[in-house]
Amino acid sequence: MIPVTSVRSLSEAYALLQQRPAGLRVLAGGTDLMVAINARVGLDRIGHVLDIWRVPELRGISLSAGTLRIGALTTYTELMRSAEVVRHFPALAAVSREVGAWAIQNRGTLGGNVCNASPAGDSLPLLLAAEARFVLGGPRGERTVAAHEFFVGYRKTALGADELLLRIDLPVIEGARLVYRKVGTRKAQSISRTIVAVRATPDGDSLREVRVGAGCVAPVPLRCRAAERAVEQGGDVRGALESDIKPIDDLRATAVYRSRVTGNVLLRLLEGLRAADG
Amino acid sequence: MKLFVNGAERSFEAPPLRRLLDVLREDLGLTGTKEGCGEGECGACAVSIDGELVNSCLVPVCQVEGSSVLTVEGVAAGGPLTTLQQCFLERGGAQCGICTPGMIVAAHRFLASGKPATSENVREAIAGNLCRCTGYAKIVEAIQLAANGVAPVEPRGAGARR
Repeated sequence: MIPVTSVRSLSEAYALLQQRPAGLRVLAGGTDLMVAINARVGLDRIGHVLDIWRVPELRGISLSAGTLRIGALTTYTELMRSAEVVRHFPALAAVSREVGAWAIQNRGTLGGNVCNASPAGDSLPLLLAAEARFVLGGPRGERTVAAHEFFVGYRKTALGADELLLRIDLPVIEGARLVYRKVGTRKAQSISRTIVAVRATPDGDSLREVRVGAGCVAPVPLRCRAAERAVEQGGDVRGALESDIKPIDDLRATAVYRSRVTGNVLLRLLEGLRAADG
Repeated sequence: MKLFVNGAERSFEAPPLRRLLDVLREDLGLTGTKEGCGEGECGACAVSIDGELVNSCLVPVCQVEGSSVLTVEGVAAGGPLTTLQQCFLERGGAQCGICTPGMIVAAHRFLASGKPATSENVREAIAGNLCRCTGYAKIVEAIQLAANGVAPVEPRGAGARR
């Protein structure tokens, strides 16, 4: 039987992290980890479970000094219901509504989506495009890692063995717009085939400060820097995007499909941003 | 461990990662809640915890100690069928029945939410509940009927009523 430590505060969590139990897995809302445990996938690699579901310090959404701070345990339902999220990041509220369905939205957390680090994580392209900063904490203190530096390999993150994700900070930028499009087989309960997010500031006929995030098109959720430059400098966006991404064939879609559709979706999102100017 | 299930306090022993689904079905004998996929896709195991719909196959019991759980057995709470259940019967909202307990609990939560029972809203509320008999139209109708408080329509043949 896997040992489980259910903690009620951050200091209790840090006390366990300090001991660095082998094979530690952090359990938040359970919508990913419980699936693996039920399927008995990788059970031998789980040495200890740290259950953080009832840690109040990891909940809550607040706006301070131009930054929206979202506690790691904030559920998709809470994101959808937050007036601050709806006002400043309507795309984040909208994508939350497309994750699973009610029962998943009530348990799945934004921090869980980040730490699970699936290339198909629905919120991750948005967090990349929004230049989110992840605040990590542990017994050695706190540090901040930019979203684009957090996903270091297939399902591998910059989190240390004794660190937790505490919160997600999103800079609120006047005039910037954040949009996304998820492509799945149906509206609900669908794992994405591709997902693209763009943040940009419309300026006359052009777009400034363009940031593009994409999912399901590489081993990690990706910032597409060549595409960003192509948009800003008026180059071949589709060609640039193809140099950013490395899609594969899998049971959900082919690489060719992903490449084509990701390009189509990006171009359409850009068109929408330009049309929305003024 | 302690849970309040359908209004009654229940005590039991279980390892911390035991699924709430297994506690309900095997430890507490409440077999109304079904297991479909076991991975949060189908909603057959949906129950409500402290007023929120969840998939009980994804909830380890250590996270719900002391919570209030509503299962399909508790919807009518031992009394006559609720309007919602009556509407499922009248409209033929159940065929094989595997999805029905989860559908009923999800629909119960939808009705409690007070959202207008448009077809779109109802479909979003039950989007996580799969019906393999493809009876969605009748299920949506049943929920809309229950929400709008309209008296259930009489079935065409006596055989349709059970």
